[in-house]
Amino acid sequence: MSALTRGRALLTGRYRGHVLFASVALLLLAIAPAALDPFRLGLLAKYLCFAIAALGIGLAWGQGGMMTLGQGVFFGLGGYSMGMYLKLNDAGAEGLPDFMVWSGVEELPALWEPFRSPFFALAMVVVLPVAVASVLGLLVFRQRVRGAYFAILSQALAAAFVIWLVGQQGLTGGTNGLTNFYDVFGMDPEDESAQRAFYFTVVAVLGALYLLARQLVRSRFGRLLVAIRDGEDRVRFLGYNPATVKTVTFAVSAAMAGIAGALYVPVVGIISPALLGVVPSIELLVAVAIGGRFSLAGAVLGGVLMNWAHTSLSENWPEGWTYLQGGLFILVIMLAPKGIAGLARQAGDLLARRRSAGAPAAPPAPVKEEVAV
Amino acid sequence: MSGHPEGRAEQGGGLLEIRDLMVVFDGFKAIDGVDLTVGEGELRFLIGPNGAGKTTLIDVITGLTRPTSGTVTFAGASLAGRKEHQIVRLGIGRTFQTSVVFEELSVLENLDLAASFRRPLPSLLRRRRGVAAEVAAALETIGLQDLADRPAGILSHGQRQWLEIGMLIAQGPRLLLLDEPVAGMSKDERERTGELLTEIARDHTVIVIEHDMEFLRRYASTVTVLHEGSVLVEGDVAAVQADPRVQEVYLGRKKEEAA
Repeated sequence: MSALTRGRALLTGRYRGHVLFASVALLLLAIAPAALDPFRLGLLAKYLCFAIAALGIGLAWGQGGMMTLGQGVFFGLGGYSMGMYLKLNDAGAEGLPDFMVWSGVEELPALWEPFRSPFFALAMVVVLPVAVASVLGLLVFRQRVRGAYFAILSQALAAAFVIWLVGQQGLTGGTNGLTNFYDVFGMDPEDESAQRAFYFTVVAVLGALYLLARQLVRSRFGRLLVAIRDGEDRVRFLGYNPATVKTVTFAVSAAMAGIAGALYVPVVGIISPALLGVVPSIELLVAVAIGGRFSLAGAVLGGVLMNWAHTSLSENWPEGWTYLQGGLFILVIMLAPKGIAGLARQAGDLLARRRSAGAPAAPPAPVKEEVAV
Repeated sequence: MSGHPEGRAEQGGGLLEIRDLMVVFDGFKAIDGVDLTVGEGELRFLIGPNGAGKTTLIDVITGLTRPTSGTVTFAGASLAGRKEHQIVRLGIGRTFQTSVVFEELSVLENLDLAASFRRPLPSLLRRRRGVAAEVAAALETIGLQDLADRPAGILSHGQRQWLEIGMLIAQGPRLLLLDEPVAGMSKDERERTGELLTEIARDHTVIVIEHDMEFLRRYASTVTVLHEGSVLVEGDVAAVQADPRVQEVYLGRKKEEAA
């Protein structure tokens, strides 16, 4: 009985977050690699890439109130940076990437040249998204553009980016994007051990970025971000410039999307405009809403769950998926605006209340409002 | 023009000086040539019927509204063209008629956020450890110690106003602008707010916009009456109340409105 109480205490007490993090880490690092066949593990790695991008949305939208419908752009910038390096690496010192040969390009475009260096390419995975997000953020947030206007603007950026990518066949691989990679940092991406290495890399990066985001949310900066979300004008009269805080957050969330895109390339073996446009960007946002946008863990969960559902359902029932996704979104907005994470928290609090009711000697659990786990 | 009767003579100028201020919204003169001087350490009440331009005046001082013409000078520096957060950094804090506290943050976090506004951005990335001295002092002044760790969303209307005032004093401002701090408050809350105001006024310069005549009689010393965008009368409470012009435009009209 005492073991049960202690178990409950772990799930409802102040170490709830730690316990949850450790359990998920165990699940992803030990149980999943042992239980899943290589194909399923590869799929999980793919979902976790989306979860990294979802984490960034959780930060920007859930905490900062910036409804960004253009994360695909940053995912793409990271993915293409990685893809360009891999293509050049496969082509060798003198060669051209295969799709350029097919498109009749005879000389490597200047834009591609620096991506021969893996260090440059890896740096660009973060630098490009951060630069684009910072410029956009400074222009937009300083003009006090927010809410739906910001959402539409970010969506337009995603649409424009895709149109540009598709139009530049010889430069970007057009609709097909960049694919057919044979050598990823000395490994054959088809190889089982390489796929495992990619998987563990994705898990490690997700874990590190989650902890970083959590630290950010719990810092004064995070409190300020929530304050801006709930009362931007009031924050201005506290002597802060909300535009700076929002731009920094937007840039961090863009960096996360960029890293997610870069990891996606070796895991799935392709980066193409179809992954970055308006629809995938919206789908990711919907995933975060369903998982619970006010909680970082909820955003990650949403990213994994919805992509898992997408893949499994669209295999057998492709037209049903869209309806299910739309239906879930409406349900969440109407009935559970805090998503799955909010429901889980309510259930946990209920458990805690029953525990303290069952043992009147114990002091009542302090009501501590935690905005994000 | 100048030469108001307060006799804070020597330096000649006050902490806040407003000259020939004019604010026109689509042809409507919200402020029509206001001159106002508030000296360091003063507690000044600003009254006037609805539409007299009181809130607009505060909006101009804090950068929310741009004046059509005229100057606002604070501690010798012109406020023209400065943004809201820059004006706060000069040392001017304000509250709003409808209080806005951050409901998801605790009372303590609200105060801490206000007190941290001069910290550089990188230092904000660290988690808060302990309670800063000015935050603890503000918390004690507003008397919300028992609610320090509760989310501000659960506070009553009066407590929210006090928290807002606490957030201002935690910033160590040189001038506080309070826009109708007792509006909608119960009698007890008004009394508590009056005491708070008296305490704050001891070591701050404060401008209070207020409609409540009883509150005014109890806590005001110097009063400026605005009417249709200009200063009608300025002086101590008794003199202002006795002034027939004030009775006509303000008290008379107030009775009509109440009916």
